[in-house]
Amino acid sequence: MHELAVTENLLEIAIRHGKTAGARRISNLYLVIGQMSSIVDNSVQFYWDIISKGTVAEGAKLHFHRTSVELICKECAHQFIPNGEDLSCPHCGSIQIHVISGEEFYLEAIDVET
Amino acid sequence: MTHRVSVLEDIFNANDRLASANRKILDDEGVYSVNIMASPGAGKTSLIELTIGKLKKEFRIAVIDGDIATSLDADRASAAGAMAIQINTGGDCHLDAVMINQALSQIQLNQVDLLIVENVGNLVCPASFQLGTHTNILIASTPEGDDKPYKYPGMYRGVDALVINKIDLLPYVDFRLDYFKRGVDILNPGLITFPLSCRSQEGVLDWMDWLRIQIRKYHKAN
Repeated sequence: MHELAVTENLLEIAIRHGKTAGARRISNLYLVIGQMSSIVDNSVQFYWDIISKGTVAEGAKLHFHRTSVELICKECAHQFIPNGEDLSCPHCGSIQIHVISGEEFYLEAIDVET
Repeated sequence: MTHRVSVLEDIFNANDRLASANRKILDDEGVYSVNIMASPGAGKTSLIELTIGKLKKEFRIAVIDGDIATSLDADRASAAGAMAIQINTGGDCHLDAVMINQALSQIQLNQVDLLIVENVGNLVCPASFQLGTHTNILIASTPEGDDKPYKYPGMYRGVDALVINKIDLLPYVDFRLDYFKRGVDILNPGLITFPLSCRSQEGVLDWMDWLRIQIRKYHKAN
């Protein structure tokens, strides 16, 4: 979807935290992205290599940790990973469900050289 | 020496912060605002035109129109009787808080009761970018198919009201309302829904009444 905007935000966040930590160089970024967030890893890395040029984060490697979609049934408290498009509870059939994980979209940590 | 620094910051943080600033600007001027999202052709501009026509005697209305190019939609909103600002995103597939912030500075907000933002036609990207508007509204339309909640869960989870447009076409298209509503119920339980047709105007009154109440409630509280 909007990989360029995402990558620009990412660079801003990484540089800001790198500065606070006194980084001479940022070498790795660790991202947590839920399966329900539609982001193409390769596109982000592609834009990253271009827009990080000339910054302390130039050439840093992006690591994507994908969290799977996990749901819990509000009726019977059964916890499950949905099978395809059907999000209803496989145990009791209820459609009263709550999303536990799968919507994450954040930068967890960076490796800095000081 | 290399060491790991914990960040734990949401990637949309910058946009979300500016969205909060936009909300404050709107609240300071007492402007109730809605963000209308849908796929291309679902009827965003048609519903906005209708809404302006029906409500312009009661409320002063402004429209911010997001489009990749052209000012066709803003021209329609303007012809219907609203003050219209066009944002050309220059290829971007969604509006973001920065674009709204700039557009707000071009509007005399103390002359406005209702601000309608027409997002770019897209069911993916606009869901991720908060604008600062008070209410997020999604328009689905029957010819698009009944599987959309299942295919675009992010969009259906993030909205406050749902319009199902083109219900006059139900006899001619394969749209199982039950199957569609089941998907919506899972993702967004209790979501207020308005089945209507901009063309035949069936169901339009319920939508207008609801919107009118939202605007009045807001102005009473502010």
